[in-house]
Amino acid sequence: MSIVDRQLACKPTDYKSDVKPVWCPGCGDYHVLMSFTRAFAQLGVPPEQIAVISGIGCSSRIPAYTSCYGFHGVHGRSLALAAGLKVTRPDLTVVVASGDGDGYSIGGNHFLHACRRNVDMTYVVMDNHIYGMTKGQPSPTTEPEFDTAMSPGGTGLRPFHPLVIALASGANFIARCFSGEPNQTADILLEAIKHPGFSFVEILSPCVTFRPDEKEWKNLVHPAPVAATNDPARAARRIMTDDGFNIGVLYRGDRRPYSPEICSETIDPSELEKEFEQ
Amino acid sequence: MKETPSLSVAIAGSGGAGALTVGNLLLEAASAAGWQGLLTRTVGPQIRGGEAAALLRLAAGPVESMADRFDLLIGIDWLNANRFGPEIELGPDSLVIGDPRGGEKPAVIDKAGARFVEIPMKDMAKAITDGRPNMIALGIAGKLLGMSEELLSDLLQKQLAGKGQLAIESSRAGLKAGFAAAADLVLGLRLAPPKPTSAQRWLASGNETTALGAIRGGVRFAAAYPITPATEILEWLAPNLPRVNGTLLQAEDELAAINMIIGASFGGTPSLTATSGPGLSLMIEALGLATASEIPVVVIDVMRGGPSTGIPTKSEQADLNIAIYGLHGDAPHLVLAPQSVADCLFTTQWATYLAETLQTPAIVLSDQFVGQARAAIDRPADVAFIGRRTRATEFAEGYKRYALAAGGVSPMAIPGTPGGQYTADGLTHTERGIPTSSAADHQAQLDKRQDKLQQFVYGDHWATIEGDGDLAIITWGSLTGAAREAIGRAASDGVDVALIAPRLLSPIQPEAFAAALKGKSRVLIVEQTHGAQFYHYLRAHYDLPASVRVLNRPGPLTIKPGEIHRAIMEWSA
Ligand SMILES: Cc1ncc(C[n+]2csc(CCOP(=O)(O)OP(=O)(O)O)c2C)c(N)n1
Ligand code: SF4
Repeated sequence: MSIVDRQLACKPTDYKSDVKPVWCPGCGDYHVLMSFTRAFAQLGVPPEQIAVISGIGCSSRIPAYTSCYGFHGVHGRSLALAAGLKVTRPDLTVVVASGDGDGYSIGGNHFLHACRRNVDMTYVVMDNHIYGMTKGQPSPTTEPEFDTAMSPGGTGLRPFHPLVIALASGANFIARCFSGEPNQTADILLEAIKHPGFSFVEILSPCVTFRPDEKEWKNLVHPAPVAATNDPARAARRIMTDDGFNIGVLYRGDRRPYSPEICSETIDPSELEKEFEQ
Repeated sequence: MKETPSLSVAIAGSGGAGALTVGNLLLEAASAAGWQGLLTRTVGPQIRGGEAAALLRLAAGPVESMADRFDLLIGIDWLNANRFGPEIELGPDSLVIGDPRGGEKPAVIDKAGARFVEIPMKDMAKAITDGRPNMIALGIAGKLLGMSEELLSDLLQKQLAGKGQLAIESSRAGLKAGFAAAADLVLGLRLAPPKPTSAQRWLASGNETTALGAIRGGVRFAAAYPITPATEILEWLAPNLPRVNGTLLQAEDELAAINMIIGASFGGTPSLTATSGPGLSLMIEALGLATASEIPVVVIDVMRGGPSTGIPTKSEQADLNIAIYGLHGDAPHLVLAPQSVADCLFTTQWATYLAETLQTPAIVLSDQFVGQARAAIDRPADVAFIGRRTRATEFAEGYKRYALAAGGVSPMAIPGTPGGQYTADGLTHTERGIPTSSAADHQAQLDKRQDKLQQFVYGDHWATIEGDGDLAIITWGSLTGAAREAIGRAASDGVDVALIAPRLLSPIQPEAFAAALKGKSRVLIVEQTHGAQFYHYLRAHYDLPASVRVLNRPGPLTIKPGEIHRAIMEWSA
């Protein structure tokens, strides 16, 4: 089958693997997986041209559930791994899947630098405001008063604001989605993938096991009242003052994506040794 | 004048006095005249400023270690010279030249009882427009080493071409004044004429030959975070990788660097990072990932003094344990060590080839001594090792990325290949790459990863094995040269000693080692560590003869041939 034929035949199921997810029934991540496969089908790129990269956490299990190439790496380092892949394989579509603990806590530094570096890839964080996989410890986005075994009575800490941090660090596209709206999420993912440079999509994805209160999210989310801006200052003001449940594309930047230096004339490696010759 | 096979000279001065420039020019001139040589530098832990000395050893043939003593020491000034005094050992036959205005003559120099001559380099330089005392020192050294003034003058012209005519003129005038000042001085030693060779002459540091070896082996992507003394590898790769269609990324830290190269290698590009001890520690978790997910990567660890930040600018061999045993779980991987500046090229090229062939990470344990040494050497021979991993392209019935194939190496599908989609995983996985916690799958995959390393035939490159005798020296890495020299001296004393220096430290080679030890009743283990890590490694994995002695010392003072020779002679008396 040629690539064109395959593109015509693209269905979301073409992007799903036969591996059965281990998520709890009702976990928001099922819907995120659905959004992934829908977005890929709409993109029309065959699964072997897509790589889904992740770290560790419930959310990071996603690569194996797709029929794309995948890498389930170590905790917090998915962005670095993805950058190495994309820089050397610009022909591939690279999507990174992460959780709020994986991406903002242990992987926090890589998040800043991935935004700065602006490699053309899409970073999806399934934010459930908790560590799901390790059974309910606070994450950087957990509310200060939220009680857990590791933080009796709450952490008392101000939650991390990933979208503003992404903006300040140079992300080129910023959006927030809700996993319970898989069609809209798929549309936004598709747009994020197509947007040149580093695009960041935060998906509110409830952990029904350790945060049953998050089932309420479906009543709290609402479309962003104004259209996306390309002015970072305006975007910052909006994101800082919103209620955390605004859904939609919030910022579209136009920074030039990173691309490695290319020599106009490449040489045979044996010629490099001339430098040592006397 | 006595003819000697090797001559050692040290040029000392405060940071910025230009001692290292003099060392480099002398090495280059000697090399152009056909000699071989090794130049190391000693600087304080502050990297810039403070004291600096160029330590140069020239010889008629290959030089892979520093001499026990220096024949000539020129102090451009004596600022802070006491601090590196212990590194510049002098004897009664040595000649020391100092400037009466260069500060007080250090006590360590007085103690050696060496001949001392004063030459007012500062004043002589002042008499030249824009003159610099280090050029006077260059002239003095050139004269005493029997070099041609013309040759040095030509080199100056070449090196200062970008700095304008005045700089060239003043440097040449300084050189001339130095030659004149040393006209009546004699060193008492003359370097034996160079051994004739048809090989192309190279001037390179171990870090540079390491980088070239990686490219020759197929590396086309590097990501790293700067750290002394590995940085020159990156600085050499940065402009050179793009010339061969490759890329270098400066990562935000070592955790990113190692993960970046794993990502690039997953995509099909042979990849490398270079670091030193503190960085290697940060990379360990991801090295386990590369082992478990069977992604080839090459990590160069240019060892410095540790633990913690230790002594960044000086050498030690004390990362051996972390390189071999640092990974959590049972994680077989490759560990190799280069033995000289020239061997950095071979070992890194071979490491790249092995990593790619066996789909596993390789750690190359270089060190500050060999990494930052500049050497004049014969061009190393070409070797055919180019990394080519077995790729999967046909997928008859469902792709098993981690199939339990004979030999343990299973073909790898590269992203973009239709039908080969799989998820690489650090979790224990099935043959298809699906996470599992089954005991049988765990055992099968652990066996697979162990088998592929153990069943591979590494050939003679696994170690340097030389000589006969019932006594063998077992050493590794950059101490190999010093051991070889000590063995040579013992031979002229009528004592035969064999050398066994493994280049491949992991996986272990029990049969080859047993063969190398055949007929040996005593071994002397030589290593640059405080805790005798190499001794314990050998004890753990190999059958050693009943008689074992260990010559071990931490850095930063390197173990010299004379110490090893002494240990041999003591044991043979
Ligand atoms: C280096 C390291 N530290 C800790 C862990 C344990 N760990 C696994 S997942 C996780 C947190 C995951 O939380 P999050 O990223 O929010 O993902 P979720 O499970 O909620 O989707 C932690 C701490 C680990 N795997 N590796
Ligand atoms: S623990 Fe929470 S995040 Fe993890 S699978 Fe269950 S519901 Fe989802």
